[in-house]
Amino acid sequence: MRPFVYERAATSEVATQAIRAGIATDTAPRQGRYPAEFLAGGTNLLDLMKLDVMQPAKLIDITGLTQAHSAILVSPQALRLGALAKMSAVADHPEIIKNFPVVAQSLTLAASAQLRNMASIGGNVLQRTRCSYFRDTSWSACNKRNPGSGCAALDGYNRGHAVLGASKDCIATYPGDFAQALMALDAVVTVLGPDGTRTVPFSDLHRAPGSTPNVETTLRPGDVITAFVIPAATWMRRSLYMKIRDRQSYQFALASAAVALDIDDGGLVRQARIALGGVATVPWRARDAEAALVGKKLDPQTAESAARLAFGGAAPREHNAFKIALGQKTVTRALVQAATLEV
Amino acid sequence: MTVAAPTPKANMGQPVPRYDGLAKVTGSALYAADFPHLDLAYAYLVSSGIAKGRVKSLDVREVRTLPGVLDILSHENMSDAVAHAKFFSDGGPVSNSVVPLSSPEIAYAGQTIAVVLANSYEAARDAAQRIVVDYDIDPASATFGSKGAIDQVLAEQSKKHEDPKVGDFASAYAAAPVKIDAAYSTPTQHHNPLELFATVCSWDGPNLTVYEPSQNVYGIKNGLAQQLGMDASRVRVISPFIGGAFGSKGALTQRTAIVAVAAKRLGRPVKLVATRRQAFTIATYRAETRHIIKLAATPDGKLQALSHEGFEVTSRPDPYAVAGTDASTRMYACPNIVSNVTIVRADRSTPGFMRAPAETPYFFALESAMDELAIALNMDPIELRRVNDTMKEPIKGLPYTSRSLMACFDEAATAFGWSKRNPRPGSMRDGDWLVGWGCATAAYPTQMAPASARVSLFPDGTARVETASHEIGTGIYTVAAQTAAEQLGLPFEKITVALGDTILPPAPVSGGSITTASVCSVIAQACAAIRGKLSNEAVGADLVEALNKRGLGAIEEYAEWVPHGAKAGAMQALYKGAAQPIGGAKLEDRMQFAFGAQFVEVRVHSQTREVRVPRMVSAFAAGRIMNTRTARSQLMGGMIWGIGSALHEQTDIDTNAARYVNTDLAEYLIPVNADVVDIEVIMVPEEDKLVNPLGIKGIGEIGIVGANAAVANAVYHATGQRIRDLPLRIDGLMPSA
Repeated sequence: MRPFVYERAATSEVATQAIRAGIATDTAPRQGRYPAEFLAGGTNLLDLMKLDVMQPAKLIDITGLTQAHSAILVSPQALRLGALAKMSAVADHPEIIKNFPVVAQSLTLAASAQLRNMASIGGNVLQRTRCSYFRDTSWSACNKRNPGSGCAALDGYNRGHAVLGASKDCIATYPGDFAQALMALDAVVTVLGPDGTRTVPFSDLHRAPGSTPNVETTLRPGDVITAFVIPAATWMRRSLYMKIRDRQSYQFALASAAVALDIDDGGLVRQARIALGGVATVPWRARDAEAALVGKKLDPQTAESAARLAFGGAAPREHNAFKIALGQKTVTRALVQAATLEV
Repeated sequence: MTVAAPTPKANMGQPVPRYDGLAKVTGSALYAADFPHLDLAYAYLVSSGIAKGRVKSLDVREVRTLPGVLDILSHENMSDAVAHAKFFSDGGPVSNSVVPLSSPEIAYAGQTIAVVLANSYEAARDAAQRIVVDYDIDPASATFGSKGAIDQVLAEQSKKHEDPKVGDFASAYAAAPVKIDAAYSTPTQHHNPLELFATVCSWDGPNLTVYEPSQNVYGIKNGLAQQLGMDASRVRVISPFIGGAFGSKGALTQRTAIVAVAAKRLGRPVKLVATRRQAFTIATYRAETRHIIKLAATPDGKLQALSHEGFEVTSRPDPYAVAGTDASTRMYACPNIVSNVTIVRADRSTPGFMRAPAETPYFFALESAMDELAIALNMDPIELRRVNDTMKEPIKGLPYTSRSLMACFDEAATAFGWSKRNPRPGSMRDGDWLVGWGCATAAYPTQMAPASARVSLFPDGTARVETASHEIGTGIYTVAAQTAAEQLGLPFEKITVALGDTILPPAPVSGGSITTASVCSVIAQACAAIRGKLSNEAVGADLVEALNKRGLGAIEEYAEWVPHGAKAGAMQALYKGAAQPIGGAKLEDRMQFAFGAQFVEVRVHSQTREVRVPRMVSAFAAGRIMNTRTARSQLMGGMIWGIGSALHEQTDIDTNAARYVNTDLAEYLIPVNADVVDIEVIMVPEEDKLVNPLGIKGIGEIGIVGANAAVANAVYHATGQRIRDLPLRIDGLMPSA
């Protein structure tokens, strides 16, 4: 870990300006790796700093802004989550558990109780990949850590790597769970930047690796996520998060699915929402699979056909081919289970 | 009695609470890195990012100028600092004979190539991370089948190894009506004790004190003296509490000498706490193994032929051998047996002992094959073990001193409810979950080693036990105090125990499940000597009164105890740090083993194929149980590790680079609480008057043996899929898309 300057931000505006000032003084900021970073829960950032993977010259501690940006508001129109709310606060919120089950479950099934008590939900969606070749700087080839150096995972040990959304430059899996719920529920992100506040669809927040895997989001220097807004919809109650892993708890997903269904009285699907985790380089929406379910009765057969569509463009490497079958089974299981929920 | 403190049955001691429990839970127990030192400097290792080649250049210019950096050690200034010492199985003290920093050559990934010394841990880490290393890279052989890996027949490499065989396997196998021929594998695994590999070295003139978590303080003392070219009497090793070891802290690692030299150069005490990632390469690990088992039986299940071929990966320089055929060929009556072991030399660090080193992988193969044979015979797997149960091992016909295998099977089967099992695979479904029940034999050699101890009795009715044994979490403080209390007739609370320090009389390495039997035996002997001096009859208050009548300030007895079958000179070797455990299948006149039976229920999801273990029941018979509380805990820990061994644990290897990739506790999976649901430990009463005067067999490791096979056998019962490669994960159970 490199020495760094530590500052506490008194207001959100000061925070974003401070980052911009930090960028301005750096003559050649490396793309996707800013000289200043926001510090909230620190559960991912400090870890990566200790490993020397991230080397910010400055940390701007925004935990002082928690009061202003951690409210959980449930209204008939939307669920609004302040970005500095702790994962555990959202996961344990009775109304979210009841009315937005996929949101609560995606958080409850993530990390450990200790981490959920520390981590902010804003930081959680920006959590960086668990790819070993990224997290260990003694591997020379990692385009995400060191652009242009290559990708050791392509022909390395890639059991945990992505089968969807990968490029020839990066196959690192997006590790989070909560993002899948936000993705499936058409969440909108409120971003405060040096030029003011704007909103961004959650589906536009993360960037597929392409030829610049070091650039992971569309956020600009000085941008800070202040809230997530999930618009109310008819499929919220009939939603769940299915996470499959080798052990029962405290492991990143081998495959996961956030699903939400609106089923009419005749048992036909009016609307379906499906997002995939553990299998893709970014939070992954399976729109073809959703469309295929509309107007159909949800049974194991239709669920399985949809699940197959969800993995249409999947490209396995040496050790992760099982994720295609597993991912399909996960989606199928999640859909069938969601269809049987009493709502 | 609570579940944690089972009521003692015949030949079992009281569940006395742990002697050191309060100290541990309140944090007053000092572990190696906890001791305070004045003017402490910190070391941080720089580890090789390649597996084979050499350091071309080490750019330390920027780093030398960083605030707080004191010195940087590398092959450029350390080449003669540490003498080469032999690998332990070649008669030396070290777990890996490659001396880091002695040359620019790199023999395995993660080898230490430089050490930064600084005024703070943070400064040392920062500097170490900034050092730019340029390598000459040679192609590296990672494992079985890698280009450049060399196969060697163990019996041709090691005079100590003998391949057990008897009868005419080939003819008997050819002639038998029912046969099994199958290949199995187990992966590289790392101990990952919670306490990291720490070493603090402090010099006082010519005298060196080492604080290090160790399973063998006399081994460090003598081995280190040899490496540094100094008299062993000038080295003291202190290790009162060890935060988990499991074999990884048994032999001397190369880090200790480096820290000692660093402390000498700086003229300050130096502390190293290697990182979790470095723990994967600076100490040992469980070797990757493969097996081919052939079994043949008559239609009524009597074994006619057994062949066990083992293949094991070791390092280029050191011939570490797992060699579990010693036990795996001797479990069942069988007239025709053949075995052999092949070691494969690859560009890896040297593997070593990890809980039931030989039995965990070799019994996975044997006990999976026994299950396959039971299915081929259409026979209950318990009955197959019963038909082949024997009181004489089949190779030389030596008698077991005691063997309660079938009593363990019967007690565990009853508790588990085995009679309700429908043997047809896939028949015990619960909704979307496939339910499977499986079982396997556990066994572990009963070994002991020479030990010494001093026991003192004082006029106030207290007594003190001193022996340089090691509290690795097993409870030796407690059973040592219990032994002295019983032998002297004093209350447990009146006994103090000192362990883990080379100023105390030597005790053997705390490995091989030998500690309780060896150390309690010598304590009992010293107590008997005290009684003999004062009055042969008296114990307790009468004994103290006898002491006071004579007006003595204290009576102190030093004792040495040597087990049955020990070689001449074994006690003197103990003083040199070389424990020579003896027992198991290594005796000329008899077999000494503890036995157990493991029963597991698994649930496999019918679609997504994840495996969970809701229930595990195991029974063990291991002679006298000293303390049912600590014994249950020890056995349960082994069983839980067995779940991990079956389902979770694997050190993933990038075979192109011959490097590990899951080197932290988020990615190296072990069971978490949610994976451990209902664990029942049954201790079956057993009396064995031959193994040692107290009748103790040792239970340190047997809890893990057989558990992995029981899980795999249960998964077969649940799914009809026979998984022969561990860990048993979704990948192997998922039909392809």
